[in-house]
Amino acid sequence: MNPFSSGTRLRDMIRAIRACKTAAEERAVVRKECAAIRAAVSENDQDYRHRNLAKLMFIHMLGYPTHFGQMECLKLIASSGFPEKRIGYLGLMLLLDERQEVLMLVTNSLKQDLNHSNQYIVGLALCALGNICSAEMARDLAPEVERLLQFRDPNIRKKAALCSIRIIKKVPDLAENFISPAAALLKEKHHGVLITGVQLCTDLCKISTEALEYFRKRCTESLVKVLRDAVNSPYAPEYDIAGITDPFLHIRLLKLLRVLGQGDADASDCMNDILAQVATKTESNKNAGNAILYECVETIMSIEENSGLRVLAINILGRFLSNRDNNIRYVALNMLMKAVLVDAQAVQRHRATILECVKMIVLMSWKSLHGIGRARCSKNTSYNFIHTSPQQKHHSLLKVHFFNGKRPNNSEKHYKSHLEKYKDSDASIKKRALELVFLLVNDSNVKPLTKELIDYLEVSDQEFKGDLTAKICSIVEKFSPEKVWYIDQMLKVLTEAGNFVKDEVWHGLIVVISNASDLHGYTVRSLYRAFQISSEQEILVRVVVWCIGEYGEMLVNGIGMLDKEDPITVTESDAVDVVEIAIKRHTSDITTRAMCLVALLKLSSRFPSCSARIKEIINQHKGNLVLELQQRSIEFNSIIEKHQNIRSSLVERMPVLDEATYSGRRAGSLPTTVSTSKGASLNLPNGVAKPAAAPLVDLLDLSSDDTPAPSSSGGDFLQDLLGVDLALPSLSGTSQAPSSGADMLLDLLSIGTPPVQNNVSTADILSSGTDTKKPVVPLERLSSLSSPLPTQVSSAGASPVMDLLDGLTPNLSTPGDNGPVYPSTVAFQSSSLKIMFNFSKQPGNPQTTSIQATFTNMSSNAYTDFIFQAAVPKFVQLHLDPASSNTLPASGSGSVTQSLHVTNSQHGQKPLAMRIRIAYKVNGQDVLEQGQVNNFPAGL
Amino acid sequence: MIRAVMVMNTQGKPRLAKFYDFQPPEKQQELIRSVYGGFLCSRAENVSNFVQADAIFGPDTLMVYKHYATLYFVFVFDSSENELAMLDLIQVFVETLDKCFKNVCELDIVFNFSKMHTILDEIIFGGQVLETISAEVMKAVDEITKLEKASNAVTLVPKSVSGWQSR
Repeated sequence: MNPFSSGTRLRDMIRAIRACKTAAEERAVVRKECAAIRAAVSENDQDYRHRNLAKLMFIHMLGYPTHFGQMECLKLIASSGFPEKRIGYLGLMLLLDERQEVLMLVTNSLKQDLNHSNQYIVGLALCALGNICSAEMARDLAPEVERLLQFRDPNIRKKAALCSIRIIKKVPDLAENFISPAAALLKEKHHGVLITGVQLCTDLCKISTEALEYFRKRCTESLVKVLRDAVNSPYAPEYDIAGITDPFLHIRLLKLLRVLGQGDADASDCMNDILAQVATKTESNKNAGNAILYECVETIMSIEENSGLRVLAINILGRFLSNRDNNIRYVALNMLMKAVLVDAQAVQRHRATILECVKMIVLMSWKSLHGIGRARCSKNTSYNFIHTSPQQKHHSLLKVHFFNGKRPNNSEKHYKSHLEKYKDSDASIKKRALELVFLLVNDSNVKPLTKELIDYLEVSDQEFKGDLTAKICSIVEKFSPEKVWYIDQMLKVLTEAGNFVKDEVWHGLIVVISNASDLHGYTVRSLYRAFQISSEQEILVRVVVWCIGEYGEMLVNGIGMLDKEDPITVTESDAVDVVEIAIKRHTSDITTRAMCLVALLKLSSRFPSCSARIKEIINQHKGNLVLELQQRSIEFNSIIEKHQNIRSSLVERMPVLDEATYSGRRAGSLPTTVSTSKGASLNLPNGVAKPAAAPLVDLLDLSSDDTPAPSSSGGDFLQDLLGVDLALPSLSGTSQAPSSGADMLLDLLSIGTPPVQNNVSTADILSSGTDTKKPVVPLERLSSLSSPLPTQVSSAGASPVMDLLDGLTPNLSTPGDNGPVYPSTVAFQSSSLKIMFNFSKQPGNPQTTSIQATFTNMSSNAYTDFIFQAAVPKFVQLHLDPASSNTLPASGSGSVTQSLHVTNSQHGQKPLAMRIRIAYKVNGQDVLEQGQVNNFPAGL
Repeated sequence: MIRAVMVMNTQGKPRLAKFYDFQPPEKQQELIRSVYGGFLCSRAENVSNFVQADAIFGPDTLMVYKHYATLYFVFVFDSSENELAMLDLIQVFVETLDKCFKNVCELDIVFNFSKMHTILDEIIFGGQVLETISAEVMKAVDEITKLEKASNAVTLVPKSVSGWQSR
């Protein structure tokens, strides 16, 4: 015998390892043991083989390498004694896996043992096979396992059933062999075998549709009967688990019924009654009972719809939500969220119930804080037995369990600490509850729900506030029925949890405020009040400061008072106080302070009485270490001191922020819309294809509505598509001469002369195309698109356009045929200059108007460097094409023309308006003329 | 399917680890550590016993644990199992241990881990629930123990098992 391996018994080794004080000591002990075991392995020591392997398994559990023991497992399995085999198979399951080649060697031993006369050895072999079976082993040993499904001893039958599951998972082709033996297992009386048999059938159904059909046709009714017997059987103590008779059997049966009923109306119909019975008869005061109910609900929600049953199911979930056990609530919330996806209507019908329960969960912490909540916790918390130490053997683990739910009589202290603990109930449950609320909110319940949530915000834990705030904000934004409500709710959120509000949310708020001109006064006063209460919320402070800067005078004058408001007296100096407090707060960050400086600058012109004080505050920041603040204060100071004359126009109120742009940018929806239409409009060159035209018009609409800036993606895309530089108003407005490229284009298209002459060719082209009407429509559409193009094309983009426009431009000549005719107007007239506007509109695009401006010089001197510029309100977009010339001959002897294209995004609601400015030189002298055009014909 | 069964003490020392889909030893240790360090050690007492385990065991896995005296019993399973039933199954396991070891404590589990495996194998088989009635499990385990004793081989391990059992 090897002198090293004679040593320790398993128990001694475990003791030695336990006695180790440090990891290094433990490693040393393990190293010594491993060395001894290796020595024994190489000596082929038989006496201690299984003891060594037992040691190795312990060492393996501690995380040390044990690969050198793998062959020992095989040797033990091949030996004849039961203890050796047992340890061998145990080692096989723990130390080896199906991917190792060593495993090939074990198949034969397994086969012998599966046929062994000792049923316990058969059991060991089945167990090992069930854990480590590979595909090859499955093929080799499937007949043995199949045979064992009919073994006389139920313990073997149930193991064989579960082993079959492993086999069919490894080799799905084998499933058909197991269908009829599995069906036979469903007739078993032995509960253990029945459970495993049902499980085998469930897995067969998942793997093979053939099996699914088989069981659906032949076994649904008998399964329903088995379940009915189980439900109606009297209490059987031998099958008791936590006070319920055989809950696992119920659960397995319900699972299999679910698989059978899914997508099959007949099978679903067959099981309706028993499901209703389970749902109503199962005791719900024990965990095991709730497990059955939970499974039943899942089955009801998965099988073909039966509205009565679904009502029952949702009611059960509602009851779960009001359960005191966190586990029950957890699964109920999960299930409800799944149910919302499956059958949103059923859930919506019970919205009221669910919301009540969810609110209770979310509000639980608050109630328990105030002593309204439940004092006792039903969960299996272990605080009443934490004193148990490993040495105190008499403290049973189980004793502990029987205390559950009963408050130990010893301590008021425990009771209190419990209450304390309760106040921060499970975060994951609260989070799920909140998500569910979010799924259930709609237009009709948004107001009361938001109120509850905001009330809760006041008392919720810090770490939960972030989630909660984000959800409230998105609910408020999504469902807000009116602006004043939205602003009110946002103010409440900012007051309670301003620090958790994300940037885009308060940016959104400011956009809304800016657009609600009738609420400016109300908003700034509400904010002022809110600031008095809670000045420590950073984001609130920012919004307050911005609004006071913009609408400060409304705060002081009480403009736009709403009925519901209480009057408030604020002096100019009070308003400046707010900004001063904000800028001097220690916690204010750079953004806030920078916003404060801007607000002060704005106020300096609106509140003359405070001007000196404001200047003083701004001056204090001249030496600020932060460059941004320093620069702002120095610049603002110089504006206040040196530029009194322009100050008031510099600090005018911000123009109204564009809601559409903002929301478009936030949602990121713009690029996707464009890209969806892109595919279709690429057909454009084949112009006759009808579908191509419509998306293109859409595209134009889109780009004109939503993308005021030429750099936005819609515009870019359009430019790409047409190869034209459409949208550079500033450039074209100031360009001095028509580019040569445009001339060339005009030549090429032979519309240098008045285009009317081309009427003939239009007819030619149309008639030569086809006689049917269909192609005409797209052509007209296309022409409506292309008509603005020829004159606005810049040199760079000229050539690609030609193909596109070839043959289409003639339509340009007959705008009157396509759209309504508008009278020409004199847009501007001074002693020296007259501007005429001619309007044309393209059919199908009522928002866009093409204006041909004609400039006539009334004076006796020629104008040089002539530049026409125009400005339009925010809702209108303007494109200016280059003027035909930059020199205007004297005395009306010639004229300059220039095309303008305006798109009125609020067409039909607001009329066009335009401000114009004309600059030119007369005898080298700069002249500037300005005016406003209000006399646009109606309907533009 | 049940993916893993773990028993560890309140210091995070593994006392039993069984993975039903193979994990290499290093990975096993890592999983045990992250279950303990990631969840159990900092888990409040009044929260639910379920933990989403996707981060540790891959998608669609849930973990349920129960805390008894100095031990955590942890089952990891996927969505094909009933969460509440898993909670009961832990209870069945612990009840059976308690009957086998007559008031089980951590030390029993440390010194009889091979018997622990035998018990577990009679309850969970290849990741599937085999038997849920602890009396049935006991019967099977007793038979196996008897067979071990009857064997004439030099059975130091079974002796130690029985020795500790009768203590």
